[in-house]
Amino acid sequence: MTEASGAWTDTTGGIRSRPLRLLRRILFSEYLVLYFTLFYIAAIWPFVPEIVSPTNLEDVFLQVLPLFIAAIGLMLVLMVAQIDLSATSIMAMACVVGASIMSEQGGYLAGSALAPLAAIAAFIAIGLAIGALNGVCTAYFGMPSFLVTLTTMMFFSGAAIWYTATHTDSGSSIGALPASFVEIGYGGIFGVPYAAIVTVVIAVGAHLALSRSLFGRWLFAVGINPRAAAISGVPVKPVIVGTFVLSGFLSSIAAIIYTGRLEAGTPILGQRILLDIIGAAVIGGVSLFGGSGKVSGVFFGVLFLSVVDNGLQLLGLSLSAVYAIKGAVILFAAVTDALRHRVLEKG
Amino acid sequence: MSEALLRIQNLDKSFFGVKVLRDVGLELHRGRVLGLVGENGSGKSTTMNILGGIHQKDGGRIEFDGREIAPQNSREAQALGIAFIHQELSLFPNLSIEENLFLDHFPRVSGALPFIDRRRMRERAKAALGLVDLDISPGTPLGRLAQGERQLVEIVKALSREARLIIFDEPTTSLTARESERLFTIIERLRGQGIAIIYISHILGDVIRLCDDIVVLRDGQVVAAEPTSALHIERMITLMVGRTIDHLFPERTTKPNDDRAALSVRGLSQPGTVKDISFDLHRGEVLGISGLMGSGRSELARIVFGLDGYESGKIAIDGAELPPRSPRQAMERGLAFLTEDRRGEGLMMEASIRDNIVLPSLPEHASPFLHFIRASELGGLAQKMAEKVHIHARSLDQMAVRTLSGGNQQKVVIAKWLLRRPSIFILDEPTRGIDVGAKYEVYKIINQLVGEGAAVLFISSEIEELIGMADRIMVMSRGEVRGFHDRAHFQREALMRAALWD
Repeated sequence: MTEASGAWTDTTGGIRSRPLRLLRRILFSEYLVLYFTLFYIAAIWPFVPEIVSPTNLEDVFLQVLPLFIAAIGLMLVLMVAQIDLSATSIMAMACVVGASIMSEQGGYLAGSALAPLAAIAAFIAIGLAIGALNGVCTAYFGMPSFLVTLTTMMFFSGAAIWYTATHTDSGSSIGALPASFVEIGYGGIFGVPYAAIVTVVIAVGAHLALSRSLFGRWLFAVGINPRAAAISGVPVKPVIVGTFVLSGFLSSIAAIIYTGRLEAGTPILGQRILLDIIGAAVIGGVSLFGGSGKVSGVFFGVLFLSVVDNGLQLLGLSLSAVYAIKGAVILFAAVTDALRHRVLEKG
Repeated sequence: MSEALLRIQNLDKSFFGVKVLRDVGLELHRGRVLGLVGENGSGKSTTMNILGGIHQKDGGRIEFDGREIAPQNSREAQALGIAFIHQELSLFPNLSIEENLFLDHFPRVSGALPFIDRRRMRERAKAALGLVDLDISPGTPLGRLAQGERQLVEIVKALSREARLIIFDEPTTSLTARESERLFTIIERLRGQGIAIIYISHILGDVIRLCDDIVVLRDGQVVAAEPTSALHIERMITLMVGRTIDHLFPERTTKPNDDRAALSVRGLSQPGTVKDISFDLHRGEVLGISGLMGSGRSELARIVFGLDGYESGKIAIDGAELPPRSPRQAMERGLAFLTEDRRGEGLMMEASIRDNIVLPSLPEHASPFLHFIRASELGGLAQKMAEKVHIHARSLDQMAVRTLSGGNQQKVVIAKWLLRRPSIFILDEPTRGIDVGAKYEVYKIINQLVGEGAAVLFISSEIEELIGMADRIMVMSRGEVRGFHDRAHFQREALMRAALWD
């Protein structure tokens, strides 16, 4: 996933002196976030040398995967100038319903060989359904997506807790998931984790869809100017619904991976990662105003946030400190992006 | 002769090393109206922007009221008494009229306190609005006013700052004919009060009617500065484009085909927009639709193309009925729609020329499997279309269409439809806001299409243009058809009267 969606106009500025030119090259490079990541690692290496240890790198890598999948979904929605805040509630809802189906202690299909498959189908169905609800409310009822997805987030976060309470004695989580399902979390074939395979397939698919397919081109058109798109025969409303449905679908896939790793169904799944998903997309250069976004950029955004998170934890900082610093980092990236655009506009 | 209010001499200006103004000079007296005409890029706007403090001159001299001036920003220009009324008005739709008027000099309750004296503001606003016969409560939010009324508010704002020179840049582009008339009356009145006016417009008929003197610019130089009586439209155009356009409108040799109608509309009604519209459009024919803004002409176009619904009536293409509310179906049956709002609806301003041209044709060039786009095939076709309509650009995929001139942008819109090889064109104000040379090219393209057997519905608020181009003209007013006029019996007054029917 290197080059993507290059069809859209790129303008670069004039030429100045050599060091300035180099600075410009770096500043305007699409790998800027990657450079930031490397710089960050180099900066804290002296304090926590274990950041580059193989086990830690593997940790970070595994942490990146599901986040990346969900962030691709959000990117699609952002590209049509909408927003989806419901990703984490989709994960929570799908997680507890899926677990309640396959749990070996009182699950609906407890003990059946088909239980994990049925559960996975349930995960995906919930993602598609909530995505469709978000999309239809936004595109056909003309409601602001911020409001729609904020309320679906509240509703399904709450519903997930209620659902868990009615399906367990403890009321907090649904355990005893089948081993074949848990395998999805950390297992793999020939040393390649399943999660990595799924992520690569999705990333490549999303990249190809955006850069080469009819849907991808329509997506850009709707993001840049929905009125012009409509007059040119683009089915604007179905395209918008499509992005929300895809976002819901990808959230449910991420939920499957997270659930496999947790080995339990819990309504607080993914509670803390909403900001990471949005932050990763924005750091990755997806415009909040629609019309631009690259899969590679989102990958760098996710990688950056995960590395920052990991480094701060290795440094032994408290959770609240990690939060504050992450917030500052996202702000810094957003400011850099804004300045970059201003310089670009001046030429 | 009295002392000139404004005297510009030897004005020079370059942008990025390109000279855009050379040795420009002009003179304007109190109580006179100066028309400034020229193609896009001829330097009209740059000259005025220097005068209004938006750009700074490289060389030359500007004298205003006997003193040399060099305004560094628009505030300084305003303080000198120069008001600039832009194409896009600089008013706030969410504020009231009075708040807009006094935004930077609210009358205060007392000198020391930061509280607005609402009553005094209301009184002063009312008096000021009276100057332009605008009988609306000053507390009305500006957003509720029609375009023409907003423009009057802008004029009032200039007057309240005691402007002695008012510059109008294309003031009538978004006004209805009646609003324009009202504006002209006000301009006459301002002139009577000794205010000097510079009037910039592409509509040369208005310029001749309104102005005492006319300055023609071409490629950043003054090519003529004469009293209006010494100029006529044909000569102005020759001066502007630097070559002779024998006629304003290219000759068409082909005749309409009288067979079955290509597009046939019967009894089309939609409450509030159009009522009982019926007409036939034949192959090889240009059917003009004349009407003021709000007459239902653009609404009719949107309904025919399937963007808006209708309550009753029938639309048929080649005898077969067209289902409502489906632009895609309309396109597949050979319809193309060039909208009046080029920036808002016609183009993706931030995308490249190529991406704009291929947009309507994507589904036809997608592979059956997963709908992947055959990009190179489409790119080649886009290139061909761009050449066909003579788009002037360095490259098709490096530049955003935002950076193109109005005329070139319009050609991109035409090219994007041509790629679909449509047989029926709905053109809503295809020459709005583009310069004379580009207009002529658009006319030539229309003639070529019609010559190849296409049918064209040509909507325009410029009656001369319809008289020059159409085989028949359908006049609309208040959502209804007022009548049809054949080419043999075109008469400006009769058409105007029909459109203004009350």
